[in-house]
Parts: sequence; structure tokens; C-alpha cells
Amino acid sequence: MKLHLKIKRFNPEKDKKPWWGEYDIEVEPGDRVLDALHEVKWNIDGTLALRRSCAHGVCGSDAMRINGRNRLACKCLVKDEIKNGQITIEPILGMRVIKDMIVDMEPFFAHYRSIMPFLVNDTPLPANGRERLQSPVDRERFDDSTKCILCACCTTSCPSFWARGEYIGPAAIVQAHRFIFDSRDQAAQERLEILSDVDGVWRCRTAFNCTDACPRDIKVTKTIGEVKEALRTGVIQ
Amino acid sequence: MAHYHQFDALVVGAGGAGLMAALYASKSVKTAVISKLYPTRSHTGAAQGGISAALGNVEKDKWEWHAYDTIKGGDFLCDQDSVDILCKDAIDAVIDLEHMGLPFDRTPEGKISQRRFGGHTNNETKQAVQRACHAADRTGHMILQTLYQNCIKNKVQFFDEFQMVDIIIENNKCNGIVALELSTGEIHVFHSKATMLATGGFGKMWKITSNAHSLTGDAPAIMLRRNLPLEDMEFYQFHPTGVYRMGILLSEAARGEGAVFLNDKGERFMERYMPTLKDLAPRDICSRCIYQEVQAGRGINGKDYVYLDFRPEHINKWFAADGNPKRVDAHYLETRLPDIIEFARVYLGVDPITEPVPIQPTAHYAMGGIPTNNDAQVLADERGSLVEGLYAAGEVACVSVHGANRLGTNSLVDLVVFGKRGGIAMADYAKGASLRPINKDAVYKDAEGDLAAIRNSAGTERPAAIRKELQTMMDEKVGVYRTGQGLREALSVIKGLQARFRNLKIDDRGVKWNTDLTEAWELGCLLDLAEVTAAAALWREESRGGHYREDFPNRDDSKFLQHSFAWMSNDIQIKTKPVRITRHQPVERKY
Repeated sequence: MKLHLKIKRFNPEKDKKPWWGEYDIEVEPGDRVLDALHEVKWNIDGTLALRRSCAHGVCGSDAMRINGRNRLACKCLVKDEIKNGQITIEPILGMRVIKDMIVDMEPFFAHYRSIMPFLVNDTPLPANGRERLQSPVDRERFDDSTKCILCACCTTSCPSFWARGEYIGPAAIVQAHRFIFDSRDQAAQERLEILSDVDGVWRCRTAFNCTDACPRDIKVTKTIGEVKEALRTGVIQ
Repeated sequence: MAHYHQFDALVVGAGGAGLMAALYASKSVKTAVISKLYPTRSHTGAAQGGISAALGNVEKDKWEWHAYDTIKGGDFLCDQDSVDILCKDAIDAVIDLEHMGLPFDRTPEGKISQRRFGGHTNNETKQAVQRACHAADRTGHMILQTLYQNCIKNKVQFFDEFQMVDIIIENNKCNGIVALELSTGEIHVFHSKATMLATGGFGKMWKITSNAHSLTGDAPAIMLRRNLPLEDMEFYQFHPTGVYRMGILLSEAARGEGAVFLNDKGERFMERYMPTLKDLAPRDICSRCIYQEVQAGRGINGKDYVYLDFRPEHINKWFAADGNPKRVDAHYLETRLPDIIEFARVYLGVDPITEPVPIQPTAHYAMGGIPTNNDAQVLADERGSLVEGLYAAGEVACVSVHGANRLGTNSLVDLVVFGKRGGIAMADYAKGASLRPINKDAVYKDAEGDLAAIRNSAGTERPAAIRKELQTMMDEKVGVYRTGQGLREALSVIKGLQARFRNLKIDDRGVKWNTDLTEAWELGCLLDLAEVTAAAALWREESRGGHYREDFPNRDDSKFLQHSFAWMSNDIQIKTKPVRITRHQPVERKY
């Protein structure tokens, strides 16, 4: 089928400001949007720059705005996104654009690192040399937030983040949730302290954009709500 | 001029092996990790079904059984002392990961949950054993996340989105690497005492593949150019269950949970080929059986694919037929296999709970690679000489623990076991060594010259066209089934593509984030690795594990119970190294 791709382009070595590149290509309906972008890059204009790796929605490299909504280009199909023969592609919002779809991810990862994204447990390991035990119910408690692939779809869809880049953002809160609600972890209070900061969890205005944007179907807004509740009540359950 | 850095230990690649090595090396020496991707993008994160260890959490198991299964799965080409290390250390490695925070699924008693996987058996009953420790069907994701989290905890230094373009080797001593900083286009020289290559696989030489776009074999290709050998390159695994026409992996865990293959007649054909293990036979065998069904006209609608059936009522029917009391329902499968069920829904529009899923074999895993000893030290030749200061671990390495065919889950075991051993060995070495002098200017100019040649290329050939021809040809001629004639044709096609590669045309002359340049450079790596793969496959006139020659359909232990070591000069030179056999003499491989 025919597809008209409209791509927001910016090359810092040539362009003073972004411009729209328009490309007419032939694709299969079941092709991924990533395949369509490759068709442009490989056969029309090799200067098009984007990150991508796994091409099936698990590595988190190719987050972008597709028809105005944050998606992984490898996890949506042309036939589902095409409208009037066209798909519009832009870089994710709220980050400095380096080149075309490539944005500066460093502030995003700095927020991630700030919430102590690692298990803290200083009690002695089991004397039998085996695993710490955890009931299936306790394991299930934080399952949803373990799915996060740090693609930034959620954070860069959030109006609070657009308004203030210092806001720690949904992804970092999801990552904090993954440890706060892990029965093996002992640093929940320290993480909650970090998240109660002026640029922490209270900047969330429950817009639900993050939940819509998550390619892993994490209930991001609910997750943030659980962290707020833990902060409000002082109870983690 | 280049940027210059000094480290005791340098790790290239931030997947499971690289991060594990970095964690252990950084405990005692100044360590850095260099990766062309953000670490969490590494393809370890795409591993699905599980990581095996004979924990015996749900039924009786022994590491010796795991070892024998691995050796038999590898069609007796594994080095058996290395396999003992793999399977014995697997137990501590999995426990170590749990202590680091890995959220494994749990048994009712709270232990790490385990499930069945292809080729893993109770050696007494010969039946499938529950050995694969798992976190749903995203075990690799959890391993990658957990290791990265612990690297942050231990303040490991990262150079993210730096792409290695050369390895500094002089007189069989490694002194570091040269890398391109993707965001600036500037060259960095990393000078080190010990260097580990952990760059993963090179499955992008095939068209139908489970591999990420970034898996282009950069490290092994550079090794060839540095006149160092690669081991067992003819052994490449084709996983039987790739999404039809796309190659996206659908985990063997599906069959571990009870799924079966069906042909066009609705027949569970694996019963005919492998009466004991059936659909849980090792991957090489299942892939060949699928092709045989297709050849016999029993592909679905006469085409080149079959079904993977995991409709719950069908699984229960097969369980009943096998005398297995277990029963499953939709909720259970959605909990144990959520990602692959979603892949089928998203990419095929097929719901595995109510419909069978079209699948075909997909290029998946390199058993061969950079030869190493049991401490991940890189070998310079078939006699065991070392490249001092150079290490390799994970898919890029060939220890060899996988022999001619890797068992499912053993890639993740390999990463953590040999990543850790390599990390410790690097640190020990670096503590007693000093930096050898290097000529910074010369290594910088070499790398810059190679990249400039591509950046300024003024030919007519688009890299994408060459890559597409390579991939299509490799699927046809260097796939599951091979013949001498097909492999000779493959070599001639590759020579032609290499010639065209010297007449490149790329569009992007810029320096910042020039992925037109890096993709072309990676294509050069794939072309060289494809040549070695085809040449080694032509040399091995027998069929063993993942390497099947229609013109030599039997295993020939009298001539080929040997590892191949391949060098690239004008042509490919091949030498041999005996397989280390300890407790298990080769026998016929039946399941």
C-alpha cells in the first residue's frame, strides 16, 4: 500500500530550525512504523537519524510521537496508524533534540538514577546459601512495575513534565515503585523521601497520558497513585 | 585529535556478560563499560523463557544431569570440563542474581520457580525436567535490569552510545580499544590493561532472525582483521519458533508449558520424529523437522510455515495423552507467557489463546565466536596461546560450552557464569600488570581513516541493497540445510558483495549521530563474518547439531570431532582443535 510519511527533521550541522520531510513510500499493511522509517532511511535519505535495536518492543530505543501520541515505532503497525494515507512522526517532547528522532536522554536517566533503582537489603543472606524466600503474593505486588523498559514514552507524554523538566517524571516513579513494594527491599522510606520533594510525585496531576503511552501496558497512573498513597498514609501495602 | 582515557579494565558491550564482568572487575580495579547502545537496550533483555540451574526447587535434579544434557544437546562438540563449570556454577549464579534483586517467579513455598525447556531432562527417566528459572517470559529483561541496577549501585562508569571501531593489539597483547562517540562523531582511545569483548551475536547476516538490528558482530569482525581466529563459526542456531515472516522469537517456554507443533493436517508431527521428548526436543532438531514437514507438502496451506498451538484446551488434551496430570487455562498462560502472547496479537493479529500461531525457524544464536579458555581469556590459535590482556564472554565468545547446538536457557547461564569469571580474571590480571605503551596517534589515525573512507565514499552502491542481498542469500544457502554446492555459491556471492561494498554510496557526510556511516561500517563486519561462516560450513563435511549438510547427512566423529579455527587472510584458513572429552564418550543423539 502507499504511505505518505511526514517526519519532523532537524540536523544540527545544517538546520537552524526543524522542518518537515515528506516521503511517499510503498509498504505492507502489516509493516511496523519502524519498517517504514527504515524504508526512507535505507532507500531515500540516509541522513535520517533514529535509535532502534530489538524491533519488537522490548529494548525501548525507538520511542517517538506517532500521529501525536507517544509510541514505540517497532510496536505499532502501519495499518493501525495510517490516517488518510499518512502518518506523522516527531521526536518525543520535552527533551533536547540532537538530530531528527534522537533526543538527549541523559536527564531522563539522571532522574532514574536518583531514586536508588536497586535492591537494598543489608540483612544476612540465608545461611543455607540459597535464595531469599518471597511468597507469590508478595512477588505479584510489584509485578507491573518490573515491566518498565525505560523508553521514556510515559515521561515525555506528561504535561507536568513538559511544564517543568525538573519533575522526576512517571518512569522514575514506576522504577521507585518496583523497589518500594518489593518485600525484600529495605529502602522504601529513603525513596519516598526523595519522591516527596518539590519535583517529586506530587507534580503528577493524574492526566493519565502516561498510562496511554506505555508500550508495556503498565498502569502507570495507578502506580504513581500507590506511591502517593504510601507517602500520605506512611503505610506500604 | 582523539580523546584519551586510561582504565585498568575495559568492558565492551553492556548486555548480561559485559555487565556481570564489570560488576566483578569494578570491585577491585578501575573499570569502564563502553556500549553502542544504552545498556538497558542490549539484546539480553529480549531473552524470554528462563535460565537453567539444577536447583531442584520443584523436582529432583542434579548439575551433572544439566551437564550431560548440555553435552548431548551440543552433539558432543562441547568441551566437557567447561560444561561442568557452566552447570555447577549455574546454581550459585542464579542465587547470586536473586540476592541482587532479580524478581524471579516463585513456588508456593516462596522459592525460585522452575519450568521445563527443550533438551533438559531427568537423566534417569529421560523425561523433561523443570530446570529453567523464570520471571514470566521476560527473564532476560529482568537479568539485564538487575545487573544494570547493581552497576548503578556500585557506581560503575559507563560510556553509553560509544561504538567500538578497533581493538588495539600488538604482538598478541591487547592494549585497549578505539571508539566513536556517536553524539559528537569524535574518536576516543581507551587505553587499558585488560579488555573484555562482550558485544553479543551477529544474527543480522540473515533475513529471518530474532536478532536486534544492532547485532552485527563488531568485535569478531575486528578480530578477523587483526589476524586472529574465530572458532566453530559453522554452528549457528536456527530457533524453531520465530513469528512467521518477521522472525521475532516466541519462547521455547511455550512448549515448556505444553504447546505443540502442528502441520497442515493438524498432526502433532514431533511424535513421529522424537517419540520421547517430542516437542521438547532440542532446537536444531525441531527446526529440521519443520523443514521436513514443509518439504513433504505439510506446511500450512502448502506454504513454508507450521503452527505453534498453545490453545489451553489443546494443551490439556496433549497433557492427558502424555499421562501428565497438569492442566492449564487461559489465565495461567497469560501469566506465564504474557509477552509472547502479546507479540502474536500485535504482529500477526493472532490470539494464541483461541488460534494456532504461524511460525517458522529464525536465525537466533551463534554457538561459535571468539575462542576463549575457561577464564574468558582469548585464544590466539588452536594450540591455546593467549592474547594477553584480552577477554571475551557471552554470545560473542566460544568457550565452548554449547558445542554444535545450544540448549535453551543456557545462553543466560553462559552470560552470568563466564561474565563473572572473566571479570574476576581481568581484575586479577590488571592488579599485577602495567599499561603497555601505545602509539595514540597511529591508532587514532587508523580508525579515523577507516571511517573517513566510508563517510566520503563516492561510489554507487547503497549499503541497504547489499545488506538485503546478503540476508536473502544467507537464508537460502547458509540456513538450516546446507550443501557443498550451495555454500560455494554463497562464498562467490559474498565475494561479489564485498567488492560492491568497496564502491559504496552513503548520503550522510556529517559527524554527529551519523548512523548512515555506522550502519555501513557494521555491514562490512557482517560481510566478513558471513564469509567465515560459509567457508567453515563448506569445510565441515558432516552433519552435527545446528550444522546440517544434505550431502553429508551423518555425524563423522572419525574426522570431525574437532573445533574449527578460522582465519581471514586472502581466503579463509581453517585449522582444528580437539574436543576436550572427560566423562561422556559420544553416542548417537536420540530423544
